[in-house]
Amino acid sequence: MVQFIDVFKSYENGTKALRGVSFKIQDGEFAFLVGPSGSGKTTIIKLLTGEIAPTDGRVLVNDYDLSNIKFSKMPYMRRTLGIVFQDYRLIEDKSVYENVAFAMRVIGASAKEIRRRVPYVLELVGLDTRSRRHPQELSGGEQQRVAIARALVNNPRLIIADEPTGNLDPARSLEIMMLLQKINELGTTVLVVTHEKELVESFSKRVIAIDGGKIISDGMGGYYSYER
Amino acid sequence: MKGNRFFYYIREGINSIFNHSFMSFASVCIIVACLIIMGSFTLLALNVDTVIDTMESQNEILVVVNDSLTEDQARSLGPLIEAVPNVSRAVFVSRDKAWADFLDTYEDTSRFEGLDSGIIPDRYEVFLEDIALMKQTQQDIAELPGVTDVMAALTIMQGFVRIRNIVTIISLVLVAMLFFISLFIMSNTIKLTTFERRDEIAIMKMVGATSTFIRWPFVVQGLILGLIGALVSFLMEWGLYQLVTEKLISGAGFGFLTFLPFSQMAIPILAVFAAVGLGVGTIGSLLAIKNYLKV
Repeated sequence: MVQFIDVFKSYENGTKALRGVSFKIQDGEFAFLVGPSGSGKTTIIKLLTGEIAPTDGRVLVNDYDLSNIKFSKMPYMRRTLGIVFQDYRLIEDKSVYENVAFAMRVIGASAKEIRRRVPYVLELVGLDTRSRRHPQELSGGEQQRVAIARALVNNPRLIIADEPTGNLDPARSLEIMMLLQKINELGTTVLVVTHEKELVESFSKRVIAIDGGKIISDGMGGYYSYER
Repeated sequence: MKGNRFFYYIREGINSIFNHSFMSFASVCIIVACLIIMGSFTLLALNVDTVIDTMESQNEILVVVNDSLTEDQARSLGPLIEAVPNVSRAVFVSRDKAWADFLDTYEDTSRFEGLDSGIIPDRYEVFLEDIALMKQTQQDIAELPGVTDVMAALTIMQGFVRIRNIVTIISLVLVAMLFFISLFIMSNTIKLTTFERRDEIAIMKMVGATSTFIRWPFVVQGLILGLIGALVSFLMEWGLYQLVTEKLISGAGFGFLTFLPFSQMAIPILAVFAAVGLGVGTIGSLLAIKNYLKV
């Protein structure tokens, strides 16, 4: 569960990125967070991942209160998240299998768990036949699937996808969105941050729209009210 | 620490060394150079110290007793001399003993016929605790009643003390300087590794790796480089010491000096080198990685 309660965020240079943002995403929900550049989307992601702390208000993520979380607790909070980036952020000198296994290894998973879980996740994202390939040998869509597999492998409660289709053509974008929807149907909460109107409108999901650091609309369907 | 994690840290640390072999080689070379310079000055200081200790135990102040005193009166001066600060012991040498010792130094004593011990005064051989305070002790003894003269090799002693002080100061300054230089180089080597692996570190943070887990492979890398540097420099220092003491100095007219055998100092030197190497490796790697762990 994600909850923002009257969250304000100002940066040291004086920029007021968020001005009293409140919303709640229940466990198992699928939601889009949309808005133009500079609207505050990235700040919301950084708050969710604990990279920054709110100036005022409370941020609750999977039973952790990020407004006053101890630094030593942060890794454990992050283990409840899976994060997917626009630029995939894969390790070039590791194979597909190793990229996914790496995410398990660094949180102390045993070799047995890794051998059991990684093939399952790779099959889920449709990359079981490409596990020995390296990222540079894959298409953009396939690389993003690897990133989704990595985000998924530790069985997170919430997947945050930051512009996951930003570098992909429409057909590959749709595939990635279908995959995220499938993951959501399996019980994982999914929050997709994007500014791609067509993509959002093709799914009948909750859309939280932000502009100027404020929530301007929050509702079901392809609602895209910030359009100018 | 779980076994699989331990091996992961070791494997990652070793991989990093080979993946950045040139910088690893450079940092080992710097550590070796710094340790050899540090070690050489320490060995020099130890040897000068030993020479001075030997001189302290062998050299004495000669205290000449007033000629008019009887032997009993002269002997009674002993406790007064030993009560002077910095005096470790005072050995009474009667005029008869001194005369006999004097004659013993000559094979042909016929030239001294007609002379007797009356020409030599009673004396004390006084041994000091610290030759650096020789001048003050000499003055203190001279002020005692019944003492005619106090003879001391003051200039030679002061020369040695000055050398010891200079060597000690230079050693300390060099050790401190070189420690920080090694630290800087080691830190930069590992910083280069961390910079190349910054994406990997970011991913580790993102998926919930603890700072300890991220830090350990870099610490292992630093420890291994530090240890290799320490071992190489120990062996080189050993060879260098043998070469200098046995071949160069002994063959160049310094035979009157005795040097400490390296084997006598090997364990403390190895321990210090290992401690410095491991310390530089650990601190250097912790400094290098700390900025990446703030998030």
